[in-house]
Amino acid sequence: MSRILEEARDRFLALAGEAPPAGGLALLREVGLEAFAEQGLPDTKQEEWRYTRLTPLAEIAWTNAPAAIGVKQSSLEAAAEPVFGCEPVVFVDGRHRAGLPGGAGAGEVAALAESAEAPALLGTLAEARSHPFVGLNGALCQDGARVTLRGEAPCLVHLVFAEATEAAASHPRVLIEAAPGSRGTVIVDHVSLEETTHLANAVLEVEVGANASLDLVVLQRQGKRSFHAGHVAGRVERDGRLRTHTLTLGGAFVRNDLVVTLVGEGAECAMKGLYLGTGEELIDNHTWIDHSVPQCRSDELYKGVLAGRSQGVFRGRVVVRPDAQKTEAQQSNPNLLLSDDAEIDSKPQLEIYADDVKCSHGSAIGRLDPEALFYLRSRGIDVDEARALLTRGFAGEVLAALPEPTLAEAVGALFSERLERAGESP
Amino acid sequence: MLEIKNLHARAGDALILKGIDLSIGAGEVHAIMGPNGSGKSTLAGVLSGRPSFEVTEGSVLYRGEDLLAMEPEDRARAGIFQAFQYPVEIPGVTNNYFLKASLNAIRTARGEDELDAMDFLSVVREKMKIVEMPKDLMGRSINEGFSGGEKKRNEVLQMLLLEPSFMVLDETDSGLDIDALRVVANGVNHLRSPERSMLVITHYQRLLDYIVPDVVHVLSEGRIVRSGGKELALELEEKGYGWIEGAAAP
Amino acid sequence: MPETLEDLAEREYEHGFVTEIETERIPKGLSEEIVRIISSKKDEPEWLLEWRLKALARFQQMLARGQHPSWAQVSYPEIDFQDMYYYAAPKPKKQLESLDEVDPELLATYDKLGIPLAEQKRLAGVAVDAVFDSVSVATTYKEELAKQGILFGSFSDAVKQHPELVRKYLGSVVPYSDNFFAALNSAVFSDGSFAYIPAGVRCPMELSTYFRINAQETGQFERTLIVAEEGSYVSYLEGCTAPMRDENQLHAAVVELVALDDAEIKYSTVQNWYPGDKNGKGGIYNFVTKRGACRGRRSKISWTQVETGSAITWKYPSCLLQGDESVGEFYSVALTNNMQQADTGTKMIHLGKNTKSTIISKGISAGRGQQSYRGLVRIGPRAEGARNYSQCDSLLLGDRCGAHTFPYLEVKNASSTVEHEATTSKIGEDQLFYCRQRGLSEEDAISMIVNGFCKEVLRELPMEFAVEAQKLLDISLEGSVG
Repeated sequence: MSRILEEARDRFLALAGEAPPAGGLALLREVGLEAFAEQGLPDTKQEEWRYTRLTPLAEIAWTNAPAAIGVKQSSLEAAAEPVFGCEPVVFVDGRHRAGLPGGAGAGEVAALAESAEAPALLGTLAEARSHPFVGLNGALCQDGARVTLRGEAPCLVHLVFAEATEAAASHPRVLIEAAPGSRGTVIVDHVSLEETTHLANAVLEVEVGANASLDLVVLQRQGKRSFHAGHVAGRVERDGRLRTHTLTLGGAFVRNDLVVTLVGEGAECAMKGLYLGTGEELIDNHTWIDHSVPQCRSDELYKGVLAGRSQGVFRGRVVVRPDAQKTEAQQSNPNLLLSDDAEIDSKPQLEIYADDVKCSHGSAIGRLDPEALFYLRSRGIDVDEARALLTRGFAGEVLAALPEPTLAEAVGALFSERLERAGESP
Repeated sequence: MLEIKNLHARAGDALILKGIDLSIGAGEVHAIMGPNGSGKSTLAGVLSGRPSFEVTEGSVLYRGEDLLAMEPEDRARAGIFQAFQYPVEIPGVTNNYFLKASLNAIRTARGEDELDAMDFLSVVREKMKIVEMPKDLMGRSINEGFSGGEKKRNEVLQMLLLEPSFMVLDETDSGLDIDALRVVANGVNHLRSPERSMLVITHYQRLLDYIVPDVVHVLSEGRIVRSGGKELALELEEKGYGWIEGAAAP
Repeated sequence: MPETLEDLAEREYEHGFVTEIETERIPKGLSEEIVRIISSKKDEPEWLLEWRLKALARFQQMLARGQHPSWAQVSYPEIDFQDMYYYAAPKPKKQLESLDEVDPELLATYDKLGIPLAEQKRLAGVAVDAVFDSVSVATTYKEELAKQGILFGSFSDAVKQHPELVRKYLGSVVPYSDNFFAALNSAVFSDGSFAYIPAGVRCPMELSTYFRINAQETGQFERTLIVAEEGSYVSYLEGCTAPMRDENQLHAAVVELVALDDAEIKYSTVQNWYPGDKNGKGGIYNFVTKRGACRGRRSKISWTQVETGSAITWKYPSCLLQGDESVGEFYSVALTNNMQQADTGTKMIHLGKNTKSTIISKGISAGRGQQSYRGLVRIGPRAEGARNYSQCDSLLLGDRCGAHTFPYLEVKNASSTVEHEATTSKIGEDQLFYCRQRGLSEEDAISMIVNGFCKEVLRELPMEFAVEAQKLLDISLEGSVG
């Protein structure tokens, strides 16, 4: 570990000592602290961090999020707008700020810090030692939410994690439990209330019960100076279906880890991802689907658009354990490079220990198809608009899979707007 | 030619054939009809030796020999041919190479000389005309990217080439339009002779207008519940399978 | 799974015999002294000894720092680099005047391997350099090739006869500091083959080296260097076998290829080192660094490999595509059964404009074999218009084997196109049954399906080697159309 990374680790450890106590989360904090002290921050010699340098993150003197926040009421209200069909539950700098429960859906939402005891599952799906940022999240976690979906009526829950304070690091933890037979959508929405440099290091633990169906949307639309580390650890029981939608629209540094284990026969997982890099952003997506029992299916599609001098990283692991016969797994990672200075490092990987399987993966990197561009232009569309159309079209396949049409529209508009604002619109 | 006695067979845990008795003489064409799940395809699979079916009781004699004791390839070499309902695709292996290997394995078993590439080609060309098979299908991988009709034609082409003694047609008509059906039936009828027998499995009476059977059997819940002449097929078509299921009850 | 799959996996290793021949060996272990002994045995110039010593220092440094590569998906006990012989050579009876004076035991050995060296029995159209343990024992057709200016023979002879060429190119593609095993090889390499094709010459016959490990507890460290001058063409083949022994033996070779403007090198390998027995006892550890530099414009390097042997294979034949419009190709079939492990693939480094690379990798795993494809495609910022296409397919036979795919795609140029596809499947019971219903035996059916699976790679092999490769894969291509 370099000196910079070591110093950053020590500063984080010191912050843990200063953080106010948080009721039921004491055990999570203790276990997290121990794990993070041991692991520290990884350097690029570690395979999982080969293309992702943590030095820029380590150079910032992060602070614990303040108890009181200096955000305008109007911004808070804006963050609480029911844009996706239900009233959101808002967290600012990692802590819950408005009256709970919110949300128009039938899901139950509870703030973690307000309960005396942490739910039993917390910390078991995402183990502190499984990832340096999970350990860090545990060590410094001050709040989060527990979301429970029950019954057959579809639920819709919208959590907003809004960051505001300069140099503050927030570490929210969310536990989502879809009870057997339930169905619903949970949107975890990361936004910036102010154009500040801040770190959101969120950990989501997701349990999909037998025959339950969950759409998990993680929308990352923080500002261009923001740092983001997001970890999702999911487990799908027999005949359960988990569809994740990881939509990353930028930030100075974004690292997403998504780990799903299929533990019951007939379980299914679909992972969709869309990532957009502009300017000098680094967008890193690591996914891992673990087939541990027979007769499960997984399908993964991550699409990347890299413009400016941005760097994209994709690493997708599909592991099929020896007993997981009759597995069907597909993975695909197409990438669009919009500028000569953009970079993509793609590493799809299949590890197969069972023999009766059908697995495939593909990865492609290219630019906009000149034929298609020409075709549009020959029909009178100007070149910039034609490029924008094609780029939006490239992203469309991922957006079309979103559970709420309003979401697809809103994210599509944000995507185009960000691309255009970066001045790199095509 | 074929003597089936009290045949019971299962797939996995489910008992599917529950006592089939059937005798097919040389030159005869028998049709088997029945609703989905009645055991038609299981019967075909048991005769050709598909490993996923297990015979639990009964016997099958083919020309006086115990057919059930033979390996699938030995059955093929002895003249048993199954035209599959869903012919598999085998990437990378050309149809041409496969057919030649198959024909020569069977010729060798019959005590005939292997055909060289030239002779093989001329025989194949002649048979291809009968089933109106496009030439390019021979150079392509086995069944890969073939349309449903092309796959079925390919099955009949193989049958014409291998000249088997006992043929099982497993729903060879399903998914075919009327023109393709005529072509396929024409190919099959080419092989009708006093020495050859056939078991034609179908869900629809339509096929039997083209391949006219000597006897029609109706299969229901793993047993033959009725046998008769070709008019039985028409009766069945008219009254539907419910009629049989009702009749089978007592 | 059917019995025949087991049979296929348990086939006897054909080349496992030992040649009884008197061997000259230097003491066990690795040290500066050992390196000096090897160098003096070869009568080497001072610059080469110095180069070896620098490599040794680098290796010892890596060893001390624990930099033994650990990223590959293979496992084996730690290698004791002091507990093996670094040099073993059949004792010459006298100075050789011609091939006919080669020890009859050696000639018989190569006869038995199907590589006759004697004048009257030589393979037509193939010039063979035979390497036995640490030294080259014979080279055929040397004079005929020399008439066209083609230099082909042992590495040791090249050092003596063409020191300027060796010095210019040795280590220019794979520096001694490149990696752990390349550093070891650079320190202790004992022989290997050297080929030089002058400008504009199309080599009229296949050049081939046949490597044989015979001596016990001995590592083989050969070095091959091929230089193709402007507008020349050469096709080079290499084959390898070893006796069946209970101990593991180390083979750490380095191959360097240089192709200048418009030159083309086609390099084919049929690797059949002893794989160990079915319980994983014995077998060769095959840690090889192979790399070709497409230095010139429109140059082309093509690697084809059929890997069926070795207990462990760790091998990534690579291409540095430096010249504009240069082309790199990698075609591979790897078969692992019993306890064999293979981690193999390629690196395609695109530096020049409009460079093109193709990767076709076919892995077959049987028994308890474990196999990984590991490949890097890197498009540099200046490699405008670069294109890569990769296809990696794995076929599983049996339920105790594994297949893994680790492609690394690093792209820094937007005008490039990179595509990677991979599939994993097993030989379907439906496919086998279909073939058997048409009268084919199960064994023939498996052969036929495996053959179909590998066809794209096998057809890249030169005729002479295709035959051996097919035999190895238990396949008959006879009469195959298409």
